[in-house]
Amino acid sequence: MADAYIHITFLDLAIALVLVGVAMAISRWQRLDLERDMGIGTVRTFIQLLAVGLILQQIFDADRWYWVLLALAVMISVAGWNAMKRQAGTRRGLFLLMTIAIFLGSVLTLAIVVGVVLRVRPWYQPQYVIPIAGMIIGNAMNGSALAVNRLRSELQLRRAQVEAALALGASSRQAAAPALREGLRAAMMPTVNSMMTVGLVQLPGMMTGQIISGARPADAVRYQIVVMLMIAAATAITTMSAAFQALRIYFTPQHQLAPHLEFGSEWDEYLRQGGRAGKSVL
Amino acid sequence: MSTVATVPKLQFVAVSKERPVRIAGKLRDEPILHKVSFSLAPGEILCLLGPSGAGKSTILRLANRLEEPTAGRIFLDGQNIASLDVRELRRRVGMVFQVSALLEGTVAENIAFGPQLRQQECDAARYARMVGLGEELLPRPATELSVGQQQRVGIARALANEPEVLLMDEPTSALDVAAARNVLDLIRDLYRQLGLTVVIVTHVLEHARAVADHVVLLVHGSVVEDSPAGEFFTAPRTEIGRRYLAGELQGGEEGPGGSPHGRGN
Repeated sequence: MADAYIHITFLDLAIALVLVGVAMAISRWQRLDLERDMGIGTVRTFIQLLAVGLILQQIFDADRWYWVLLALAVMISVAGWNAMKRQAGTRRGLFLLMTIAIFLGSVLTLAIVVGVVLRVRPWYQPQYVIPIAGMIIGNAMNGSALAVNRLRSELQLRRAQVEAALALGASSRQAAAPALREGLRAAMMPTVNSMMTVGLVQLPGMMTGQIISGARPADAVRYQIVVMLMIAAATAITTMSAAFQALRIYFTPQHQLAPHLEFGSEWDEYLRQGGRAGKSVL
Repeated sequence: MSTVATVPKLQFVAVSKERPVRIAGKLRDEPILHKVSFSLAPGEILCLLGPSGAGKSTILRLANRLEEPTAGRIFLDGQNIASLDVRELRRRVGMVFQVSALLEGTVAENIAFGPQLRQQECDAARYARMVGLGEELLPRPATELSVGQQQRVGIARALANEPEVLLMDEPTSALDVAAARNVLDLIRDLYRQLGLTVVIVTHVLEHARAVADHVVLLVHGSVVEDSPAGEFFTAPRTEIGRRYLAGELQGGEEGPGGSPHGRGN
């Protein structure tokens, strides 16, 4: 296949630095005090993307299923870590919880897209699997982080109602139902909104990329339709899984609100120093 | 009244509770209850009295197992509540909260909430009548009622579970004098009609005097007096009891023996 798009050389990249120079000039002129951060951001952009490019190039050249699976495992773990980092309060158990949720949502969806919709043969072709997995995992990460975050704040906000329901004999899940619903809605909303406006307000990154690399727009939009649908599925599965599992963190097995719910990350320090409330729970 | 041979309806045996409290950005276990023991006979009204912060509400939360004690045991009809199914325990030991914390939905839905958790039919109108709420209120959104009416919904909701023990946390504190008086009358009536065993937390002496058979005075997490109501109100056994009745004890007062924060174990 002949090159259908224009290559960017390192010299071209250097010239592109002028662009960030403009931004920095504005920052200095308006005393935004962002020049330093912009400088660091620029360096990080270069290092991170060049490194990822290098690694992906290796994986593409090797064209082995195990390298693709390893890449997926790393992507899912990093996403689980990020989703955990975005939570308030104690983070015990959240990394595993988020990683499992993201794994479930993305692997199921990825299998359907790669195996049934696109019928990629062999199934592990990195050219398809890696970018598609990247989109799915990224959205699943945002969804699970939002769902658990919102669930926790709703439980705090509705504490009196939740305990009233428990005191009447409700299970954790029954007592948490309104909070759970808010969490799931909050997590699904961005996906639903983007389905409403896709193509009208902005062109999605993948579609733009395909068009630049020579694909016909009429073909690119078909990919994008698949992408939108798979993101909806992955987000739904992941947020459900994350929110339901999170009930086990925010409630005790005896259908009580967990004592750490009202505290922040100081709870972990408290447990390390032999705090007793954590023990009477388990 | 109770005889020596009766198994107590509810019994606390050396119950202690510590809870983490944030102090200067760090969490530390603070004693809330210290070796609390008391018991009440079936069909008794017990008033838990004491200055605010004495641990009265915590006793109710432990009896309903919204929280676990740090040490000690709690018995219902002679059975350790830790060995009972927690959801069945909560059906048998109902709870009415200080602020009624009604759920989204109508009055009828709130009242029927407990039975419906177990897929049981519930005649919401019957329980509404019991607490003196008109049937016309049943389809109304519960949170739009007056505070006094909401408190009655809270009581009806607990009664719909047909509990054996009713725990009431300051059931009159959010109400004006007239509404409080009505709720007290209601509690007395229900108690007579249903043979309930009732534990009421209050800091209003007058309300306790109006309904109590039995009084436990709690100061800084320790039981200071445990007496029949008549005896407590006329001749308290302790100096602290006398000072409490005289209105001299406030939340920040020093506890018994000068060491309010004595740790259990």
